[in-house]
Amino acid sequence: MRMTRRLAAANLLALLIVSCQAAAPAAPPTAAPAAPAAAAPAAGGSNVGGCTVTKDVRIAVVTHGQPTSNFWAVVQNGVKQAQKDLCITVEYSSPETFDMVRMGELIDAAVAKKPDGLVVSLPDASALGPHVKKAVDAGIPVVSMNSGSDVFQKFGILTHVGSDEAVAGMAGGRRLGAMGVKNAICVNDEVGNAALDTRCEGFTKGLAESGAKMKVLAAPTGDPVGVQNAVAASLQSDPTIDGVVTMGPDGAVPTLKAIKAADRLKTVKMATFDLGPDTLQAVQGGEMQFAIDQQQFLQGYMPVLLLMLYKQYLLMPGGGQPILSGPNFVTKDTAATVLSLSKNGIR
Amino acid sequence: MLGTFVVWALFAAWSGSRGFLTIAGTANYLQIAAQLGIIGSVAALLIISGEFDLSMGSMIGATGMILALSIAHFNQPVWVGLLAAFGFALAVGFINGYLVVRTGLPSFIITLAGFFGLRGLALAMARLLTGTTVVGSLDSHIAGDPVAMLFTASVDGFAVVIVWWALVAAICHIVLMRSQFGNWIFGCGGSATAARNLGVPVERVKIILFMSTAAVACLLACIQVLGVGSADANRGVQKEFEAIITAVIGGTLLSGGYGTVIGTIFGALTLAITQQGLFFAAVDAEWYRVSLAVILLSAVLLNQYVRLRAARTRL
Repeated sequence: MRMTRRLAAANLLALLIVSCQAAAPAAPPTAAPAAPAAAAPAAGGSNVGGCTVTKDVRIAVVTHGQPTSNFWAVVQNGVKQAQKDLCITVEYSSPETFDMVRMGELIDAAVAKKPDGLVVSLPDASALGPHVKKAVDAGIPVVSMNSGSDVFQKFGILTHVGSDEAVAGMAGGRRLGAMGVKNAICVNDEVGNAALDTRCEGFTKGLAESGAKMKVLAAPTGDPVGVQNAVAASLQSDPTIDGVVTMGPDGAVPTLKAIKAADRLKTVKMATFDLGPDTLQAVQGGEMQFAIDQQQFLQGYMPVLLLMLYKQYLLMPGGGQPILSGPNFVTKDTAATVLSLSKNGIR
Repeated sequence: MLGTFVVWALFAAWSGSRGFLTIAGTANYLQIAAQLGIIGSVAALLIISGEFDLSMGSMIGATGMILALSIAHFNQPVWVGLLAAFGFALAVGFINGYLVVRTGLPSFIITLAGFFGLRGLALAMARLLTGTTVVGSLDSHIAGDPVAMLFTASVDGFAVVIVWWALVAAICHIVLMRSQFGNWIFGCGGSATAARNLGVPVERVKIILFMSTAAVACLLACIQVLGVGSADANRGVQKEFEAIITAVIGGTLLSGGYGTVIGTIFGALTLAITQQGLFFAAVDAEWYRVSLAVILLSAVLLNQYVRLRAARTRL
C-alpha cells in the first residue's frame, strides 16, 4: 500500500512537471543519482535513469513510427519519460519502414512476452486488427494511440489517445478563414497518406465556412528543394493565393522559403501542422500565423500511464470514446516557450 | 533530346500563361534539373563503367547530417563541416569501390550496405547528439559565411546549384570524351577482361568513380542543407534511383559500355520540366503521378522512335 501511494504521488507530480528530478525524490532511497537537469530524455538505451524499477510492471509499445521521423522521436520521448516517472519497464518497438506485415509480427512478439499492458498505433485496422485481437484474447489490456480512433472499440481496446485529423483540420481552417484568407493551397508532401489527406479535407471544410476555397498541391516527399519549387510554381501560376497550409516542419520550412522568395510574405497567411524549431521561430517572428500541435508527447506518455493505473486500480477513462491529445494552437504569444520545449524533444 | 523539347513545348502551351515561361518559372525547373543533373552525370559515368551506386541517396542524408551537426551542434565554421562531410564521403566511396573490385561481388549488393547503413547512421548520429531527427536553425550560424555562399547564392532567382551542375557536367563530359580516363571508363563497361588485357587499370578506375559518386552526393547534400537551413535523416530518399533514371532517360545503357553526359543533361531537363511543369499546370494532386508517368513515358518513346528512324536511314 505504501508503495502504491508513493507511485500515485509520483504520477501526479509527473503530470504536473514532466521532469526526472521531480519524480526522483518519490522513488525508494536506493535510487540511483538523478539524471542531469536537462529536460530532454536521453535518446537510446533502456536505462531507467533516476530511479530503480520499483514495480515489476512491463508495458510493451508497438508503433508504426519510423525511427527517422522527428514526430515519432517526440512520441518515444513521451514513452521514455513515462517509464522514468513511473519507474517501470517499457519496451518500445517499431518497424524500420511503413510495413504493416512487419508491425503485425512485432505485435505478436510483444504479446508472446506477456506484458502487463500493450500500447499500439493502428494505422491499418484490417492488417493489424487480428494481431491486436490476439493480445486482447490473451487477457492483455490494450490502449491504442495516434491512429485508429475510429476502429479501436471493435477490437476490445480499452481506450484511444490521439488527435482527430478532421477535427484539427477543421479548427485550423476556421482559424485561417477568420484571418481573411479566400484562396488557399494545402501543401501535401505525402498524397495518399490518409491522415494527411484528411487534414487537407478538414481544412477545406473549415475554410468553406467563411466562403474560402482550397486546392491540394501534391509536393514531393522528403525533398525540401522539390517542395520549395513546387510551392513557388503554384504561387507564380496563381497570384490570388493568400493562404498556405503545410503538413509538418519538413514541408513548412521550404514552403516559407518559397513564399519569401516570391515576396508574398505580406499577402500570404501561413499555417502548419506539427512543430519544429524552425517553424516555431517563424511563428514567433510573425512570418507564420500559427502551428497546430497534436501534442504527440501525450500520445506516448498517457497510454503508458493509463495502463499503469489500470493495472493498479482498474481505472480507465474515456468511456469508450477516444481521448484527444490535441489540437493545441501555437501562436506568436506561446511560440517562445514551446520552442524551448521543442528543442528538448517534448513538443 | 527531342523528347525534352516536346515536353517543354507541351508545358509552354499548357501553362505558359501561368508562369511557366517566365524567368522565375525557368529558374524553378532549372534548379530541380540541376540537382538531378549533378548526381546523374557522375552516376552515368559509373553506369557506363558497369557499376551502380545505390548508396547515393543515403549518402545525401548522412553527409548532410555530418555538415549540419558540425555547424549547429559542434559550432564549427562551415569549412570544417564541409571537410568532415567530404572526407567521410570520399572514405565511404573508397570502401565501396575497394570492396567491389576486391570481392568481385555486384556493386548492387555492396552499395546496398551503404543504402541501409548510411541512412541508419544519419539517424543514429542525430538522435544520439540532439535527441531529434532534424537538425535545424542553421541559417543563423551560416549567415554571412563566405564559404556557405558558394552553396546558397542566387542571382535573380537562379540558384548557384545551376552553376555547380554546369561545372560537374562539363568536367564529366571532358573526362569521358577527351581523356584517357574516359576511354578506360568505356573499356571497363564494355568488357572488363579485355580492358584489363589492354592495360586499363580497371580497379583504379572503378574506385575513383565510386569516390566520385559519393562526392557529388555530398555536394548535393551541402547545397540542400545550407540552402534549406536544416538537415533531416530522411533527406535524399530515392535519390539513388533518380540519379540512375536521369542517366538512363538520357540514353545511358543500364548494362554499361555506352552513354553520354550530354544525354544525361537532357535526361535531367526532361524529368525536371515534367515534374515542375505539372505544378504550373495545377494538375489535381490525385492525378499528379499519373500525369508524370504518361508524359515521361511518351518522351522516352518519342526519343526511341527518332533514334531507330535515324539508325534506319543511315543504313
